[in-house]
Amino acid sequence: MATLESLTSQAGEKEGSLFAPMGARRLLVLTGIGMILVGMLFGDIFAVFVLHQNAARVGNSLAAAANAALAGDASAVGVNFQKTGEFLENRGTKVDTHVHLIGFGYLALMLAIVQPWVALSEAAKQRLAWLFLSGGILLPVGVFLIHYVGLARSPLAAIGWASIFADTSGLMVLLAVIGYLAGLVKKFRGGGAAVEDALLSDRDATGRMLLAGGLMLVLLGFAHGAYYAQADLYRHEAADYNILSQMSSSATAKNSAGINQALGDYGQLQGEKAVNIAAHAHSIEFGLLAMLVGFFQPYVSLREAWKRRWAIVMIIGSALLPACVLLELRFGLLAGGFADTGGLLVILALLAMWIGVLRYTGSLDAAALTAIRLGATQGGAQ
Amino acid sequence: MTSGKKILLLGGIALAVLGMTYGLWYAVFAEHQALDGIGASLSGAFSAAANRDAAASEKSLLQYREAKYAYDRQVDVHGHWIGLGMLLMVLAIGFDRVALSEKSKGFLATALFLGALLFPLGVLMQTASHGALPKAVAIGGSALVMISLAGITLGFALNQAPADE
Repeated sequence: MATLESLTSQAGEKEGSLFAPMGARRLLVLTGIGMILVGMLFGDIFAVFVLHQNAARVGNSLAAAANAALAGDASAVGVNFQKTGEFLENRGTKVDTHVHLIGFGYLALMLAIVQPWVALSEAAKQRLAWLFLSGGILLPVGVFLIHYVGLARSPLAAIGWASIFADTSGLMVLLAVIGYLAGLVKKFRGGGAAVEDALLSDRDATGRMLLAGGLMLVLLGFAHGAYYAQADLYRHEAADYNILSQMSSSATAKNSAGINQALGDYGQLQGEKAVNIAAHAHSIEFGLLAMLVGFFQPYVSLREAWKRRWAIVMIIGSALLPACVLLELRFGLLAGGFADTGGLLVILALLAMWIGVLRYTGSLDAAALTAIRLGATQGGAQ
Repeated sequence: MTSGKKILLLGGIALAVLGMTYGLWYAVFAEHQALDGIGASLSGAFSAAANRDAAASEKSLLQYREAKYAYDRQVDVHGHWIGLGMLLMVLAIGFDRVALSEKSKGFLATALFLGALLFPLGVLMQTASHGALPKAVAIGGSALVMISLAGITLGFALNQAPADE
């Protein structure tokens, strides 16, 4: 008797777009949304419990280094910069974990969409999906561990085992993407019948809303990035150097007030840079996410009214977070609280959609199982 | 599949591969060294200040400025190539919903791909030269991205009527 997997994967061979159990598209969709959710939750936890405390430690160790220079203690300068480097590495690896987990989740969703145009066997597509997902999950784990593993037992002078592990995972992702690209090129060069994919031909109102709202967010993010590059980027880079120069010359001249002024200015500058970059990046990323999940709405098995509500929640949250991040310099924690609420709304909406996709896979599998049982019963009766 | 859609889809994946390859190379062969250089020059500047050596301090800070300038751009190139690649892929998937002629869509897709390739390339070139050419390439590339994106948005807006579907 045919198993559920063999029946649905046979169908998958024909259609290429079927949502077969353990099939490439289903693996990429469910794991991709899961990676985005975990990445966002990690980012929220990091922002609340690590980011601000870490920023304060970086500021304190920089102040200690400047004051050690003022006191003429060169060895204390080195020790404090060593600490600053460690705090920055801790922060950098946490940010990279958050960014890469979400980025690979996006890429997984995109690869899921293009599956019908990849001219490879379903088995090859599945192997590439496993390679991609393994690398996509292991890379952020490796990056997260860099701060804790350091250079312990490393064969290299500057790169530790966690980095080697992360880089190898990156190579796995790269190979998987190249494999899919080869499949696409093969399809386009070989011609053949046009691919019909029910997922993309469905254009319901919720999908249209997410597509339009997402594109608007991407455009706003680009416009803000262009404005920042034109108006502030070079000014900020010059200020970074000037403030540090003022700090060191004040230390040379034993001018304590000058150092304190420069430290205050430096903190303010870092804040300005951080909110602008965060607003630019989040606006574009949330826009892309809204557009991507817009394509998957036919797979979200929820009532139409609830699908629409969750889409609205996602767009409101996606607009609220970058807008309130920009307002943080003026309104402080109040704006920060609203920004975190925006992030939470996006997470909730995405979780609801992920549950909807799970319900859809459940109903598909149940229907296939019923067909198998019916076939078996009829076979037995004959 | 139309030519515009092909350009966006293949171009998007190619840009993502380019960004990842560059990121992998950078992480293995350049990033750690760059970060060490930034840290060492900054620490050197303040150590020189502690020894009341203003000239050495200034020299170290100039090294810090150059290293930081290059590092920020190299990381941005990695992020922007992959990010723009993903945007191209998403737009390719929804390109059928752009209500413009195939010729216009092909033109917009080509302009967007070129912009997405040139904008980070110009930023990367700035790490080798502070002259006008890298800036012109980056600005030209970003202008191509913005203009073509605005055109595609217009195309999406024109395709609002459900009757089209």
